[in-house]
Amino acid sequence: MASIAHVEHEHHGPPPAHFSSRISPGVLGMFLFIASEVMLFGSFFTAYFFVRVVNGTPWPTPPFHLPVYVAFINTCILVTSSFTVHWALQSIKRGNVWGLRAGLLLTFLMGLTFLVTQGREYSRVGFAPKDGAFATIFYCLTGLHGAHVFVGLSILLFMTVRAFRGHFSAEHHHGVEIGGIYWHFVDVMWIVVYLTVYIL
Amino acid sequence: MRNPLRSEAEAFRFLLVVIGGAVVIAALAYANTWAGVAAAVLVVGGIAWWLMQEPVPGAAEPEPVLASATPAGTKRVLVVAPPGTKTVPAPDATEVVVVVPALASRVESLTGDVDDRRAEAERTAAALAAQLPNARGEVGADDPVLAVEDALRQFGADEIVVVGEDGIVDAIRERVAVPVSRA
Repeated sequence: MASIAHVEHEHHGPPPAHFSSRISPGVLGMFLFIASEVMLFGSFFTAYFFVRVVNGTPWPTPPFHLPVYVAFINTCILVTSSFTVHWALQSIKRGNVWGLRAGLLLTFLMGLTFLVTQGREYSRVGFAPKDGAFATIFYCLTGLHGAHVFVGLSILLFMTVRAFRGHFSAEHHHGVEIGGIYWHFVDVMWIVVYLTVYIL
Repeated sequence: MRNPLRSEAEAFRFLLVVIGGAVVIAALAYANTWAGVAAAVLVVGGIAWWLMQEPVPGAAEPEPVLASATPAGTKRVLVVAPPGTKTVPAPDATEVVVVVPALASRVESLTGDVDDRRAEAERTAAALAAQLPNARGEVGADDPVLAVEDALRQFGADEIVVVGEDGIVDAIRERVAVPVSRA
């Protein structure tokens, strides 16, 4: 790489990005994002394990029951939405704009269904966050994930609107790629939450 | 360790692996909760091992060697000296940049407890720069080789003079296409 003194003769505009960690800014940003999310979810999971293992609180605390079957259907919906967003990205990579639009629209609708179903689950589950440590942790973990789904849905909405406005092409689809990564991440986190809260 | 969220395709592949692991955990937990917990531990360990084993794209490729140049009529020498260095021989140059790496232990680096190290490096850089004509001092990264790379990118140099061990000199020579000598 040329020095600044050398570059000045050939380069116009801002100087090239300089970073001394030997990690590209994009990768470093993603690592920092993952690290922050791991710490955020980790703090909630720590509280979960403390309540359940250290404190020995029954899970779920009688007389409450967790709607495992409804949550399983919701899990299937969310997992399927990851497949549709993957299909959307593969479509636009091949120049199939309508595949992109259909994939993103389906993903958005399934994400919305997941969130609405979770809202209905909250209204019918029969306990509130104030009903003991078990209830608090349940709402905190699922609610934290729900907040991530809401953010993902907002991103998906922008992606879908942009797709229908023709902003993406086979050459330019970075916005779909980044949104897809986030959606898969949200999906992975839900699987962890579902297994921990509902199954184990 | 390979970043599982490097791209959408890799994130999707990671999701598929997680789904596979989740099915195993759920199936065993259905039979016995503790079996599910054991499976969860194994699956998490297995996924972590898989990510550690996965080759990181580009990691096997050698780093490009850094070249450097300065404007005509300028001979800029980069002097790299560890903290605490008292004197360095005056190089034959029109400009001298003294870089002192803020050497810190691994614990200090990880905890960010490097203020004292940087202060010491600043003092050394200022003292050495004051001894040399047309010189200025800079504090570098906590790795001497990285400090040299940074300095070449920021200031450029025609020659590098290293105060330190042969190992550091050799490591710098491997990374740069600029004459390197040991003081």
